[in-house]
Amino acid sequence: MARIKYKGVTIKAISACVPKNISKNSELGYLIPKEEIEKTINSIGIVEKRFVDEDTTASDLCFKAAKKLIEDNNIDRNSIDLVLFLSQLPDYKIPATAPILQHRLGLPTTTAALDLSLGCSGYVYALSTAMAYASMEGINRVLLLVGETFSKFVNKMDKVDAPLYGDAGTATLVDKSDTGFVSVFDLYSDGSGENAVKIKAGEGRHKTTVENLKEHTEKDGSILSDNEVFMNGMEVFNFVMRVVPKSIKTLCSENDIVLDQVGHLVLHQANKFMTDFVSKRIKYPLERVPYSLDKFGNTSSPSIPLTISSELSDAKLTDAVISGFGAGLSWGVAHINLSECKVSEIIDY
Amino acid sequence: MDEKQFIQYFAEQFDETDASQLTLDTKFRDIDEWSSVIALSVMAMCAEEYDVILSANEMENANRISDVYNIVKAKTNK
Repeated sequence: MARIKYKGVTIKAISACVPKNISKNSELGYLIPKEEIEKTINSIGIVEKRFVDEDTTASDLCFKAAKKLIEDNNIDRNSIDLVLFLSQLPDYKIPATAPILQHRLGLPTTTAALDLSLGCSGYVYALSTAMAYASMEGINRVLLLVGETFSKFVNKMDKVDAPLYGDAGTATLVDKSDTGFVSVFDLYSDGSGENAVKIKAGEGRHKTTVENLKEHTEKDGSILSDNEVFMNGMEVFNFVMRVVPKSIKTLCSENDIVLDQVGHLVLHQANKFMTDFVSKRIKYPLERVPYSLDKFGNTSSPSIPLTISSELSDAKLTDAVISGFGAGLSWGVAHINLSECKVSEIIDY
Repeated sequence: MDEKQFIQYFAEQFDETDASQLTLDTKFRDIDEWSSVIALSVMAMCAEEYDVILSANEMENANRISDVYNIVKAKTNK
């Protein structure tokens, strides 16, 4: 386990952007028997989600969120030393997206820019990376952009994934701080579960071919191609049950954190069934577990900052335990300070 | 492990199926309202009530309630 502690850096601001297009799960009658739709919605907790137009990307959503964050907080663009962009759907294979965003945002060429890639655990990892850089001499402010457009990966005939995924882009400003708060991160990975969530084709291992663009039918009747996301829901649930509650408990018990005294528990918005399971298993008060998935679905890596932006903009923020988990398999847990964090209103794009 | 109690917990994962309709011999996949969501609920029930984590394979290969019962029983006896 990688346990990392940061003192002297914190989150100063968060903003989020979602596309305007809405897809309602009540309209999935073509895929799920009508009598099961309501049960499915109640179980996964997702009423509707947002999806981008064909020509909009995760970086476009992040760009809007970043612009809003910079304007709302009067940030001098010259004070941003590093831009990190995390997504599994960057604009291009080459070049990386972070330098494009540096230019679009009008940041100076003295700004370092770097892409990161992870799925639903991504925000916890990327926030740790941002804090690591911000802790270094020579870097003060880090602009962390985390966005995903899973709607571009999901086949409409996929019974597992079509009801779940939505699109979003977020921006988080990490800066030096003198509150003395010690942020703690536990980061984990288990590549033995690489097949649990996967897009098999389209990269180096299996380049896109005419053959792997053809759709096939899965055991449950879902139709998808190897260039689209596949998820084994039961394997993922087994993984979440095994590792997430235990990892949260370990982080708290080994760092003298009294869990029920922590201000909020912000979980990756996988689906309500799973997040409820985790919250109950660790006996954390459900009223302090915010949910945004009813409106935005599972947005993968941006779901934690999106939930803070959507559900906690008016809340009194103190500290939070956050946890992201998913494809890899990969997961992370962190105890972070939100008391200095200014949350912007969500933008519709 | 109490069989009746296990069947009761199993039945609670359904909306329209009562415990009185189920026995350890019931092929649960034949129940009309069986779905992948109920499969996840059964996995969650085993974790919550018995502290037993079922693997995806174990759940997928089980057909009768007794199959799940026996896995849970074996794991709780460890």
